[in-house]
This record gives sequence, structure tokens and C-alpha cells, in this order.
Amino acid sequence: MQISTPLTDEVIAGLHAGDAVSITGTLYVARDAAHKRLVDALEAGRPLPFDLRGQIIYYMGPSPAPPGRPIGSAGPTTSYRMDPYTPALLRAGLKGMIGKGNRSPDVRDAIVRYRAIYFASVGGAAALIARSVREAEVIAYPELGPEAVQRLEVVDLPVIVINDVYGGDAYEAGKAAYRRERTA
Amino acid sequence: MREIQARDVTETVARLCQEACIDLGEDVVQALERALREEVSPVGRAALEQILENARVARAERMPLCQDTGLTVVFVELGQEARVVGGALPEAIAEGVRKGYTEGYLRKSVVSQPYSARINTRDNTPPVIHYDVVPGDRLRLTVVPKGGGSENMSALRMLVPADGRQGVVDLVVSCVDAAGANPCPPIIVGVGIGGTVEKATLLAKRALLRPVGQPSPNAEDAALEAELLSRINDLGIGPGGLGGRCTALAVHVETFPCHIASLPVAVNIQCHSARHKEAVL
Repeated sequence: MQISTPLTDEVIAGLHAGDAVSITGTLYVARDAAHKRLVDALEAGRPLPFDLRGQIIYYMGPSPAPPGRPIGSAGPTTSYRMDPYTPALLRAGLKGMIGKGNRSPDVRDAIVRYRAIYFASVGGAAALIARSVREAEVIAYPELGPEAVQRLEVVDLPVIVINDVYGGDAYEAGKAAYRRERTA
Repeated sequence: MREIQARDVTETVARLCQEACIDLGEDVVQALERALREEVSPVGRAALEQILENARVARAERMPLCQDTGLTVVFVELGQEARVVGGALPEAIAEGVRKGYTEGYLRKSVVSQPYSARINTRDNTPPVIHYDVVPGDRLRLTVVPKGGGSENMSALRMLVPADGRQGVVDLVVSCVDAAGANPCPPIIVGVGIGGTVEKATLLAKRALLRPVGQPSPNAEDAALEAELLSRINDLGIGPGGLGGRCTALAVHVETFPCHIASLPVAVNIQCHSARHKEAVL
């Protein structure tokens, strides 16, 4: 399935855990240190460096761009570290997240409550994923180095829906389908 | 006394950092190809295909396999009949990391003041260096860029003697189960059993340097490795954590004698981007 950003409620309602999706459009890159700053700003009533509403945050810290390329390797980082900050960002209008790995119960509840979506890309497939990135620009917190907030333009970024608005969880379903219980 | 130039150490470390981050070892590639042949889950096979394609792209385009090019762990084996001249060995290694990560466009992923300011050191230093003195007149350098996502899923537990073999099995399997999709499966699991707190942990890390899937030369440890691998691959986590039968490519166990009161067990998780390169000077 092909989707583009920003995300609408209609598009999100059509996505189900386990769907393979290809994303084209603008993404915002933020990880640990940037999340802390974004939520500190929200709590202090200060403006954010970009308008969150309808947008997707990609949990990622790229390697430096070699000459002639927009970005270095660009795979997802583990999402649970952003869990303490995520409900506040969803409340503020964020609609999508791309990362890898399991989310907390609080985040999964917030995804349902705020009609949002959590995607994963394949962790460690970073050189391959970089081919989908056409432009990258640091837009905030440059002093954080690889943790700065960036705006990306991507074409056909391959992801899988993990947590949907219906409470579905592709990791749990996948694990349950292939798990063999030991009786001994 | 054979003399080894510090600048040669620096150049070698710089080269190893780049090769490790870009060229996936042939043992890892073969283990992934075997996993692809054996995996029954379609979504798991798709993830393995992406991982193998990524390794080809990284090699062809000289791009890092993973954007997380790690905290640089360096194992040093210095022959007792060799000495380093023209500079201090620790600084020569750190300079190699600085040069390798800067010239190779590798990500600088190290922060100082870990529990407070967390300021990026901008050159991926300092490395974590482990030294051993060995017979001979050579210097062996093994560079291991260790990613944070899999390192975070690792564990150390001080079991008691009564826990025995079953305690070890339960700890390792529950650690991998709890990690789920987080550490980028299929993983390699390093298990260090015995010694002390730091010895067990170092054994677990060293276990990750063994060629993937090469069994322990000790038959009892090899049997434990086989049982752990089977149990881990029954968890269902699968490649990418999306469901499947290949959650781990291998389990490597290393042991050491321990105190009559203790049974230390360390589990060091390695993602499929299992990077290490070595050179002998």
C-alpha cells in the first residue's frame, strides 16, 4: 500500500497491523535527546521547531552524509526509549512514528486514543533504507550532532504497520503464530 | 624486543573501524543465508532478504551496514616480547578510532557525563579497550563496533550454585524473550558463565567474536549452546521480530571457574550486524 504525508484520519483508519506500506513525503527525524527537548518545550508552552500535526516522526540518527549523498545510513533506532515522551507528542497532534521494537502499554493505548499509527522498518537495513531518502536538512538542535532534528523527503520508504488504531500489534501476532511452547 | 610503531597501530585501528562497519563478515552472511533457506515465516524471510540485500548495498556503495556504528570496543593481545614505540598504546588506539570514524563517515555515538549532560564527544572516543598479555612478539587488534540497541538488551545475573544448568537456561531464554524485536533479530547470543561480575561479562562479549555458529570445543558447553539455540528459536520472535523461527543465528557459551558461593551468568546480545575485524602487527 502506498501512502503519503501528512497523515489523515482516513488513511490511518485504513491501516492494519501487519500491512506492508510504502511512504512518500516529509518525515521528521528525532530520537532520545530531541524527544526530551520537544516534550520540555511542550510542557513549558514554548513553540516546537516544527508543526507536529498530522506528521510522522522517524526514530533515527543517521551516519554522516558522504560527499554527493543526502544522508548516510539511515535505519531505525529502538522505539521503547521514546515511550516516556510519546503520549505527550500524540496529544499535541503527532500522527505517526517509525522505529523498531515493542512499545509500552501506555503508548499502545495512546495510539488508539489519539488515532495514530506505529510503523517499523527493518532494523539494521540502514544502507538500503538510505536509498529512499532524497533530501535531509537539520532544522533544530544542531548541537546534538547525530541526535539533531532533521526534515527528510523520502520516496517509497518500506515499513510495516505494528500498532494500529484497532489495538492490533504485529509483533505480538507474529510471535504468537510461530511460538512453540515447551511442556517439559 | 620487537618494536611496533604507535602510528601503525593508529592506521590499523582506523582501517579496521571502517571495514568492520561496512563489510559484513562472510560467516555472518552465510548464517543469514542458511536462516533464509530454513525460515518458514514469509514476513521473516522478507526481513532476511532485506538484511542480506543491505549487506550487498553496504559493501558496493561503501556505506555503513547500520547507522549505529557503535561504541568502539577494542581487544588488544600484546605479545610479551613486543613493545610499542613512538607513543602510548591507548592513545594510539583512540587516535585510530578518531581517524576511522571521521574519515569513514561513521556516526559518532558517544556521550560524556552519561547520567546528566550527555554531551557528544564528536569523534566517537573514548573506545573501551581490553588488554591481554600473551606469549610471542606480535600485537593483535580486534575492533568491535558495538551497537547500543542490542547492548541495551543484555543482562548480568548472579545466580547461586543451586540454580545450576537449568537456571542458566531459564535466564538466557527469558532475556531473549523479553528483548523481543528490540535488538534487531536474528541475533547472536554471547553467554559468559563463571568467574566474577566483570569476568562473566567479558566472557560473554568475547563469545561474540567466535565465527558465527562454530560450536564450543567443550562438548558439554556445545550441548548447552545447542539447547539454548533450539529454545530461543521456539520463542517465535523471528527476523525483525515480525514472527518466525529464526530469532538467533547462534548461541556461543564461554565458561571460567568461579567461587564456591557463585554462579555468575552474563548474556551479551549482538544484532545481526555482527561486526568485528582484526589485524596482527
